[in-house]
Amino acid sequence: MTAVLYVPRDSAARSVGADAVAQAIADEAAARGADVKIVRNGSRGMFWLEPLVEVETAAGRVAYGPVAAEDVPSLFDAGLLAGDGHHALALGLTEEIPFLKHQERLTFARVGVIDPLDLASLSAWGGLDGLKAALEMDGAAICAAIAESGLRGRGGAGFPAGIKWKTVHDQPTGQKYICCNADEGDSGTFADRMIMEGDPFTLIEGMAIAGLAVGAEDGYIYIRSEYPDAIATMRAAAELMEQAGWLGADIGGSGKTFRLHVRRGAGAYICGEESSMLESLEGKRGTVRAKPPIPAIHGLFGKPTVVNNVLTLATVPVILAKGADYYKGFGMGRSRGTKPFQLAGNIRHGGLVEKAFGVTLRQLIEEFGGGTASGRPFRAAQVGGPLGAYVDAAMLDLETDYENFAGNDAMLGHGGIVVFDDSVDMAAMARFAFEFCEIESCGKCTPCRIGAVRGKETVEKIQRGENVDANLELVADLCETMRDGSLCAMGGLTPMPVLSAMRLFPEDFNTTPLMAAE
Amino acid sequence: MIEAENAPPPAGAVAEATAICARHGNDPAALLEILHDLQEETGFVPEATLPAIASALNLSRAEVHGVVSFYHDYRRAPAGPVVVKLCRAEACQSMGALALIETVCAARGIKLGGTSEDGVTIEPVYCLGNCALAPAAMVNGRLVGRADAARLDTAVREARS
Repeated sequence: MTAVLYVPRDSAARSVGADAVAQAIADEAAARGADVKIVRNGSRGMFWLEPLVEVETAAGRVAYGPVAAEDVPSLFDAGLLAGDGHHALALGLTEEIPFLKHQERLTFARVGVIDPLDLASLSAWGGLDGLKAALEMDGAAICAAIAESGLRGRGGAGFPAGIKWKTVHDQPTGQKYICCNADEGDSGTFADRMIMEGDPFTLIEGMAIAGLAVGAEDGYIYIRSEYPDAIATMRAAAELMEQAGWLGADIGGSGKTFRLHVRRGAGAYICGEESSMLESLEGKRGTVRAKPPIPAIHGLFGKPTVVNNVLTLATVPVILAKGADYYKGFGMGRSRGTKPFQLAGNIRHGGLVEKAFGVTLRQLIEEFGGGTASGRPFRAAQVGGPLGAYVDAAMLDLETDYENFAGNDAMLGHGGIVVFDDSVDMAAMARFAFEFCEIESCGKCTPCRIGAVRGKETVEKIQRGENVDANLELVADLCETMRDGSLCAMGGLTPMPVLSAMRLFPEDFNTTPLMAAE
Repeated sequence: MIEAENAPPPAGAVAEATAICARHGNDPAALLEILHDLQEETGFVPEATLPAIASALNLSRAEVHGVVSFYHDYRRAPAGPVVVKLCRAEACQSMGALALIETVCAARGIKLGGTSEDGVTIEPVYCLGNCALAPAAMVNGRLVGRADAARLDTAVREARS
């Protein structure tokens, strides 16, 4: 009987040796004359356990991890192929691992479970059900279903997807576009990458549904160049979908058209901002556009355009397949459904946690994440990317909800949570926030372009102990100008990490000049 | 001033650039893809190819120059045969990325952004999407998680072979 094993092909798993493990398993099986089939799945998102090897058994998939190539012979000796649990690396049934068991995976339901490029077996996992349902509906009904589900943009801004789609739908017919923003440049985020590498078909399906909803026949996916594996997987998946008739001139035999174009970014963080991304897709410098007009009316090449991020579009199929009410049943307040959170940085159990809105930061960081990786006390976490606020230990009981975070001078953003232990210097982090803005500003508006440079210099003065009070006031003033005067979120939100660091960790900003040592 | 940084174009680079533009239908919207393809072929984007690209795409030379200079990815001179990108974004900083960068640069006797005598270019990057396995690095396009100096040396050796 063939033993079926799973070794992830996700680039994070490969970054800690998954390829070598897969090879070692194949070699060991050959040497022992064992019949094995190795499936290269996506990652389950438990990165401290990567490379995670799973074996199919009658009771379900059994996990081992983190496995190194050297462990393979002893794993075979201990009955790996039968899923025998007598080995130091044995973790039991994968689905029973608490980190995974306590999640609510809708968008990530298949990530880490399936071979991401096995279209033939996709239907067994519910793949394409959403697209098939959408093909039976008219555009207005699809837009209404998305609105009803309460889905808001998972890229960070949280704008209701249904309203955006309806705006594009209501524009006069003609050329329209679907643009998927896969320029996930925020530190602490990797959910988009995991979807693109682990279940690319769900994203393509979501884009095709968006096309049917608004009457767009062309979709672009703009992927950052730092993700070569995601680019390759998306391209391969698009080709498979086209060969199978789910993309192109006659999707699913419906007579409707949807073409997908995969485009690479070129290392500019600002192109994650939707209007910069549109400029970049047009072959130009990625400078932001003033709004209005909004992209829904005047987007790519001046045409009505839906711009959504990867997670938003990848969530669309499950909503169509299982109904708006099912999705709406998760979450709290006006934050409906689930949110993929990413635990990153100095954290013991780093990884992907998809959970209904409302889960607290403490549950995420302490229960799922197991505290800091260093074992030192927790001091701060940055939530929502480099433009998100820092939170301290007193804020850990905040429930994750867009409005709740905004009410506490923080933001949920893309759901990235970067943990720092007590060795962090928050003045240095504030300085870095300005430096990052200086490096990545598109340069179009003055508050962002100049403010970032002056902000960095002023924080450096504070760090050196020069006129601390006056300079703290100056930074606060500058932040107000950047927030109110910048054209986009780059300059507008850089004050978030800076001001939160100053507010919550004032002791790091009150350094006085050091006395001469001698 | 910018010209001073530019390396002379390899033989045939201009013809190559024109051919790549044609392959993309001389579509100005494909400019980023064209520049990526050219850089993959020639190792960098030679200044001397810009007029040919501008002419093929019906753009001004200034527009093409503006795009080349805007994006961090495009090089105006070749890098070493091994390129090590070290993440210095927040998640990696929380796991000691800045100290790692200092160590790695000092060991090769270069500053961040430079190329060592044995042909290793070390560059900063802001997020590789491997934030749960920080510090993150990328060596010739291959991601390295939980990076330290020893693991990076191994990755550099593998990239050479």
